[in-house]
Amino acid sequence: MSIASAAARTPRAPQVPLVSLDYLWFQVAGTVCNLRCTHCFISCAPDNHSFWFLDLPTVLDYLERSRAWGVKEYYFTGGEPFMNKELLPMLEATLAVGPASVLTNATLLPERTVRRLAEIEAGSRYSLELRVSLDGPSPETNDPIRGEGTFERAMEGVGRLVEHGFLPIITAAQVWCPHEDEAVLDRFYASCRKVRYERPRIKILPSIHLGREVLRSRGYDDSEIVTAEMMEGHDLTTLLCSSGRVVTNRGVYVCPILIDDEGANLGDSLEAADRPFEIDRSACYTCWLHGAICTNTGHLGGEA
Amino acid sequence: MSGGEPTHERIAVFGGVYSNHLALAAAIADARARDVDAIFCLGDMGAFGPHPDKVFPLLIENDVSTLRGNYDDSIARGLDDCQCGYTDPRDNHFAGLSYRYTYEKTSPRWRDWMGALPERRRIRLGDRRALLCHGSPRRMNEFLWESTTPDAFIEKLCREFDADVILCTHTGIHWSRPLRGGRLCVNVGAIGRPANDGRTDVWYALLQADDPLPRVEFVPVAYDHEALATEMAEESLPREFIDTILSGWWTTCTEILPMKERRRGMF
Repeated sequence: MSIASAAARTPRAPQVPLVSLDYLWFQVAGTVCNLRCTHCFISCAPDNHSFWFLDLPTVLDYLERSRAWGVKEYYFTGGEPFMNKELLPMLEATLAVGPASVLTNATLLPERTVRRLAEIEAGSRYSLELRVSLDGPSPETNDPIRGEGTFERAMEGVGRLVEHGFLPIITAAQVWCPHEDEAVLDRFYASCRKVRYERPRIKILPSIHLGREVLRSRGYDDSEIVTAEMMEGHDLTTLLCSSGRVVTNRGVYVCPILIDDEGANLGDSLEAADRPFEIDRSACYTCWLHGAICTNTGHLGGEA
Repeated sequence: MSGGEPTHERIAVFGGVYSNHLALAAAIADARARDVDAIFCLGDMGAFGPHPDKVFPLLIENDVSTLRGNYDDSIARGLDDCQCGYTDPRDNHFAGLSYRYTYEKTSPRWRDWMGALPERRRIRLGDRRALLCHGSPRRMNEFLWESTTPDAFIEKLCREFDADVILCTHTGIHWSRPLRGGRLCVNVGAIGRPANDGRTDVWYALLQADDPLPRVEFVPVAYDHEALATEMAEESLPREFIDTILSGWWTTCTEILPMKERRRGMF
């Protein structure tokens, strides 16, 4: 790996085409979040307004246009999606055309919201997945990263979702040592059972060394880059940029990880964003290593 | 479109045999009794059940047109795993047990036979062009679940693969959906394992050519599941697999299920 940085700077980094637009993401809350997690790779916070909320007409317009592309799954992220007051009608419209997933911190899920989510889900043939971010199986492990009291509040949200028939996917960044995975998973299962979540679904993700995570742990080093040699024989459909795009209030970006990188802004429409992307960013190395981790089926160590 | 593909009026289609030779024999007999003019198997002959070599003679003797599924592809090529993409440690544990057992008990001649099977097949069902595949037309190990497969996505596959009807398996749970424009998607389910519905029956699909769309009927097949459970126990296959055969509920490899399908099960 010592020669990787030199190799990366020779001719050009690999180009990845949009093979099929399977995953359409909506940055519905921009970079606005009620929390300020210490590992957030796009540094979301209440006062980070670099990306703003998407409005309902914009989402409806993209949904309509997405049909011609044969999109397979829709994802809603932020920031905290439930800060967008139009999220529920957005989900209802989405579930008329395909499955939807919401990436949430579950701290803004009062009874009336969850009840309405359950009604929307029941009215569709498609799945509505709630992915709840937690970064440890206890307040002691989670709260130093996500904020004081967030573990209890998120688990209340999980309990409420379970009560209304959802099976939320607990999504945790691997902020512990990999050899502790099994023990951490066991503790997650135990915590879930305390809120009567008897068959929890848990997804572990790698850290993305961008944004605030650079301060919490580290940034990428020069060797962490994808070279042309590394793409030889590599299935490029495991990279999210070959199968997804993310709609933001500032245009369509290549993936949800890279929205702080203006070079990843591919234009103002899905048509404009249908072009190859040069995967010369360090975060592309994480995607290369672990596959399209952002989708529901991608996990740490998994094949997407 | 030029012709060339064989034309059928009434066919039986199944997938996911998973070494369940007793269910396979029962499903073939059931289909024959319903006057089908062809029987198709969409792949995944091994996994889960006992004595994998027992299914191949049944397929050949009964003239079942068979595709190569991801499991068959893995066994034939001697890959490390079944290519289902499990990452949950428990699911991986059981998938690994099943895979190693099946690999060791599959004779080299049947590995070669599976490796030579086609990945897709085209037929005509009346005047409709049907494409038979394992996971999806574009990817052998792609899951097409009912709750995560939008109409527009199916329409795209039909356009790109020049088909009116897509027949697939891989998920183990059957469903079908007619679409506008004379198109149809059928996941034929699996005959090797119950459909996570609390019934011990397994399922296959019967398709009858019709206008504007073929008619689809999912047929439950009762078989001697207790005898299979006994064979599995004799082969020291995991108790969890036997429980599924006896209860109709999936006990392992559930991480791949989308929420709606997962919620219908017990685990």
